[in-house]
Amino acid sequence: MIKSLEELKKIREQYKDTLQNREAEDKNIKILVGMATCGIAAGARNTINAIIEEIRNENIDNAVVVQTGCMGFCYAEPTVEVRMPNSEPILYGKVDSEKAKEIVKRHVKNGEVIREWVLRG
Amino acid sequence: MPIRMELLVCGGTGCQASNSNRVLEVLREEIKNANLENEVSVLMTGCFGFCEKGPIVKVMPDNVFYVEVDEDSARKIVAEHVVKGRVYQEKLYVEPDTHEKLPEQSKIPFYKKQLRIALRNCGKIDPENINEYIAADGYMALGKVLTEMTPEGVIDVVKKSGLRGRGGGGFPTGVKWEATRKSKSDIKYVICNADEGDPGAFMDRSILEGDPHSVLEGMAIAAYAIGAQFGYIYVRAEYPLAIHRLRIAINQARELGLLGKNIFGTDFSFDVEIKIGAGAFICGEETALINSIEGGRGEPTVKPPYPAQVGLWKKPTNINNVETFANVAPIILNGADWFASIGTEKSKGTKVFALAGKVNNVGLVEVPMGTTLREIIYELGGGIRGGKKFKAVQTGGPSGGCIPAEYLDTPIDYDNLTALGSMMGSGGMIVMDEDDCMVNIAKFYLEFSCDESCGRCTACRVGNKRLLEILNKITEGKGEMEDLEMLKELAETVRDSSLCGLGQTSPNPVLSTMKFFYDEYLAHVRDKECPAGVCKELLKYYIIPEKCVGCTACAKVCPVNVIHGEPKKVHVIDRDGCIKCGQCYKTCRFGAITRK
Repeated sequence: MIKSLEELKKIREQYKDTLQNREAEDKNIKILVGMATCGIAAGARNTINAIIEEIRNENIDNAVVVQTGCMGFCYAEPTVEVRMPNSEPILYGKVDSEKAKEIVKRHVKNGEVIREWVLRG
Repeated sequence: MPIRMELLVCGGTGCQASNSNRVLEVLREEIKNANLENEVSVLMTGCFGFCEKGPIVKVMPDNVFYVEVDEDSARKIVAEHVVKGRVYQEKLYVEPDTHEKLPEQSKIPFYKKQLRIALRNCGKIDPENINEYIAADGYMALGKVLTEMTPEGVIDVVKKSGLRGRGGGGFPTGVKWEATRKSKSDIKYVICNADEGDPGAFMDRSILEGDPHSVLEGMAIAAYAIGAQFGYIYVRAEYPLAIHRLRIAINQARELGLLGKNIFGTDFSFDVEIKIGAGAFICGEETALINSIEGGRGEPTVKPPYPAQVGLWKKPTNINNVETFANVAPIILNGADWFASIGTEKSKGTKVFALAGKVNNVGLVEVPMGTTLREIIYELGGGIRGGKKFKAVQTGGPSGGCIPAEYLDTPIDYDNLTALGSMMGSGGMIVMDEDDCMVNIAKFYLEFSCDESCGRCTACRVGNKRLLEILNKITEGKGEMEDLEMLKELAETVRDSSLCGLGQTSPNPVLSTMKFFYDEYLAHVRDKECPAGVCKELLKYYIIPEKCVGCTACAKVCPVNVIHGEPKKVHVIDRDGCIKCGQCYKTCRFGAITRK
C-alpha cells in the first residue's frame, strides 16, 4: 500500500530500469557490442551483460547498449564501440567483462579514452 | 542478469486480429530455444497506431520497428536480429516514394509530425503492469494533487491549460469541473464516457487498452477537484479487451492503495466501477448515459439542469471522455503553460484522430491542434490509395460533415471544423476519393442515425427517416428538383427541433454534402447520373467502339444476354434489358467497357 508520495517515488525508482531499454531514443551515448558468430565465440555475451550491469551500478541513464553485427575485426573480438556525443567513435578490441567494466567507468562515465585498448579511433 | 533487449509486440485489438498473440508466442519460443530468455524479453504493449502495417514488433534499445510480422518473420527476427545483431531487412517499413527502408519509428512519415500526450504510453509500457506505468511517472500527478494542491488549484490549472472535451462538443474541461465543484452535495460522481460509437473511431479503445491507468489517474484527479468519492467508467460491451485491461488496472490500483480509502494517506477516498453498456450510440450522450447507468432506457433528458447540478442518482456529476482524462496527468505534471503552448488560440494540446478510408496509412495519429488536414492526409496518411484524386474528408462521424479539397489547408481545431459545417467529434476522419458518391455517403451516415435514434423526439425519429427516403429516391434515379429543397428544409427542421446532440447534428452529413457537392445532387436528380459510378440504379454501361476487339468475352458473361455482336467486330449493349450487374465491366480485358 502506498501511503505517501515518497513511497510512490520509491516504486518509481525501483522500476525505472524496466523502461531504460524503451527510452533509447532519448539517450545520446551509444555503446555497440559486436555480437556476430565471431564475437559470441570470443565471449561477447559476457561482455555485453557486464556493460549493462555496470551502467546500472553507476546509475548512467543516458547510454544505450546495443548489439551489432561483425565489423571485420574478428581477430580482436569481442569488440566494443563507444559513441559519445560530439566526438569520434572509439573502437576497443579484446574486451572481456573486466575491461568492459573499466570502459564504462572511465570512458562512458568520465570521458577518458583508454588508449592502450583502442583498436581504431 | 538485467534484460538487455526487449521486443515490444502490439497487443491492440487491430494487431491481435492479425494474429499478434501468435507472433508473441513464437518470439518467446524462439528466444527460449536460443537460451536468451534471461537477457531478452518479449512483452505485449498497447496500440502503436500504425494499424495499416500491423502486427508491429519494435526492438529496443536498438530502436528497430518491424511491420507486418507473421510467424515466419518472427522466427527470422529472432535468428537474425536477436541472435546475430543484424537487422532483418525484409520486414522494415519501406517508404513508398523513395523505396528506402526505414528502421527507426521516428523517421517513418506516419510518426514524424505526431506528438503523443494522450497516447504517451501506448506502445511503450505493458498495460497490465502498474509498475511500468509508475516507472513512467504514473500516479505522480495524483500524488502531487493530493499532497500539494487544493481542489480549486487543480481546477485553475486545468482551466488555464485550455483543455477542452475530447469526446465531441469541446466544452472547456476546467469550467465543467468548476461547475460540479460549486454544486453543493454530500455525494458527487465522476463518470468516464467510454461509449465510443462513431463509425471508424477507436482512440478511446486504444487508450483503455494501451494505458488504462492514465484514465484512472485522470478520473481520480477530477474526483478530488470536484469533491467526488466514486466514479463509473461507462464502456461498451463491444470492447472486451479494453474492459479486461481496465479490470486488471483497477484491481492493481486498489492493491497499491491508489484507489480506495485515504489515498496517499490523505482524507481523499475514491473508487471506480465499470458499467458495461449494450452499445447504443445514443448512450454517448451524457444524460442518456446517466439514465443507462441508473438502469433506465438510454434516452436523453432536457438540459438544464446539467449533470454538474443534477446528474447520476440526482447528484452532481462530472462526465468527461476517455481521451480528456488521459490528458489530465501530463497537464498537472508539466503545467498549464506547457499544455497551452501547444495548439491553436482556442484549441490547446493535441487530438487523436482515427484515420480511415481511402488513405495509404490507416491508423491512429495524435497531432497538435492546428495541424492541417493536408498534413494528416498526405504526410501522415501517405496520400490517397492507388494515386486517386482526393474528394472529401469526413470528420466527426454521423454528427459531422464532409470537407472538400479547397479546405485541405485548414488548421484543425474545434472552431474551424464547426465553421465548415462539420465538427471535431471524437476524432474520426474518413477520407474519400473520386470513386465515392457524396449522396451515397450522406445516405450511409443517415442510415446510421436512423438506426441509433432513441425515438424520443419526433423530428429525429420521423424526420431522419423521411430524409433517408428522399435520399433513397435520389440515388435510385427517381429524384425531382423539389426533393432537393425539401431535403434542405427538413434537415434544418430536424437540426433545430431535436432535444439532444444526436438529432441536432444528424442532418450535418446531408447539409454539408449539399453545401459542398451540390453538383453531385444535381447530377443525380436532373441528369439521372451518378458521377462517381456508385449508385447502381443510375449507372449506364457503354462499349467504347475504338477499344472493343470483338473477343466476345462480355457477351458470354452477360447473364441477361443483352450484349450483341459478331466475333472480331465491335459489340453493343442493349441497355433496355441491362440489369447493371457489372459483369461485362469486370470481364473486359481491353478497357472497352465504361460506365457513368
